[in-house]
Amino acid sequence: MSQTATLETTCPECAASITPPRRVLAGEVLRCPGCAAELEVTSANPLHLALAPEVEEDWGE
Amino acid sequence: MHIGLLHSRIRVEERLLIEGFAARGIDVQPIDLRDVVFDLVDPAPWRDFDVVIDRSLSLTHSSAAVRILETLGVRCVNPAAAISTCADKLSTTLALVRAGVPTPRVTVGLSEQSALRAVEALGYPAVIKPTLGSWGRLVARANDKDCAEALIEHRYTLGGVHHHVLYAQEHIDKPGSDVRVFVVGGSSIAAIRRHSTHWVTNTARGARAEGHAVSPELADLCRRAVEAVGADIAAVDILECPRRGAFVNEINHSMEFRNSIDTTGVDIPGAVVEHVLRIAQVSKETELQTSAGQTSTLRVRQAGMPVAGAVR
Ligand SMILES: Nc1ncnc2c1ncn2[C@@H]1O[C@H](COP(=O)(O)OP(=O)(O)O)[C@@H](O)[C@H]1O
Ligand SMILES: [Mg+2]
Ligand SMILES: [Zn+2]
Repeated sequence: MSQTATLETTCPECAASITPPRRVLAGEVLRCPGCAAELEVTSANPLHLALAPEVEEDWGE
Repeated sequence: MHIGLLHSRIRVEERLLIEGFAARGIDVQPIDLRDVVFDLVDPAPWRDFDVVIDRSLSLTHSSAAVRILETLGVRCVNPAAAISTCADKLSTTLALVRAGVPTPRVTVGLSEQSALRAVEALGYPAVIKPTLGSWGRLVARANDKDCAEALIEHRYTLGGVHHHVLYAQEHIDKPGSDVRVFVVGGSSIAAIRRHSTHWVTNTARGARAEGHAVSPELADLCRRAVEAVGADIAAVDILECPRRGAFVNEINHSMEFRNSIDTTGVDIPGAVVEHVLRIAQVSKETELQTSAGQTSTLRVRQAGMPVAGAVR
């Protein structure tokens, strides 16, 4: 529960360096500060990010 | 207690729910539906879950997963029947009409010609919506016949077959806002009023939300609405007509609440977690009682599965 801001990776879209502001869970979506791409956390530790899928027609509440 | 949480993305809502279970010392397992293979005759991987809560963004995924899990004997929140009734606006309206819950008048046409007649029967303005859809997408208001004809032609020409069920709803002349009530286990725990200069007042479309006090009448209306669709946990959208009173517009089975916690001062995720745990307790007790009969978990839970409404 301790490793805030110790994980770092790069944006798969623009290669900007990304350090999440807090502990993240796999499945969360971050926005790249460099290019504004939506990035999905595919692994929390080690941190891996992938471009998040587009919103689908059947998504909603 | 062991709880599963079905998800696609982990949004703020899912994170708050996971943290809510963890804070109560409950073992919660996030389950990314993109990673799962379901074996329809093997309940073993699911046996330990007392309840699975569905928080997937994808209706297709939710509906497939929850139907399978229920058949494997897992109590799901919301139940599959509630998801399918809430997800489809025509099914929701039918359930509300059957239960005598006030809802705006709806007409349905199945061909381009009858679609226009369905709209004309309501008069203008009329509202046309896809039966499957959310976040205000493709919800349209036809102010006159020219507009209705154009909308219908677009639906029948450009839309897939499910757009060919034309669902038309009378327009309710609401006062620049609608009301959303968060209903957990039949109780209205919080509500917001959603203001917009646009007639579509989804917060996903930029509406501004403020806390709203739930009157006993509104709480009663919402309780009847969630009972009609069989939902354990839901957000009920209310349209208020200045002359005719409150109507239930739709019911959302997988509500978003991140912007309603501070606005209402209510710990919505906390209330959801507590209710899921109450359901889990009942589910566990039912299983214990019946397992004396030495049947498989699969058969036991099918016979004695607590259904929505059993826990209040
Ligand atoms: N019949 C109606 N009369 C007036 N406003 C409506 C009507 N139907 C929908 N709206 C407005 O459009 C919004 C979205 O419609 P809704 O039926 O809730 O679809 P969605 O599932 O996309 O949220 C509502 O919150 C409301 O502001
Ligand atoms: Mg709505
Ligand atoms: Zn980037």
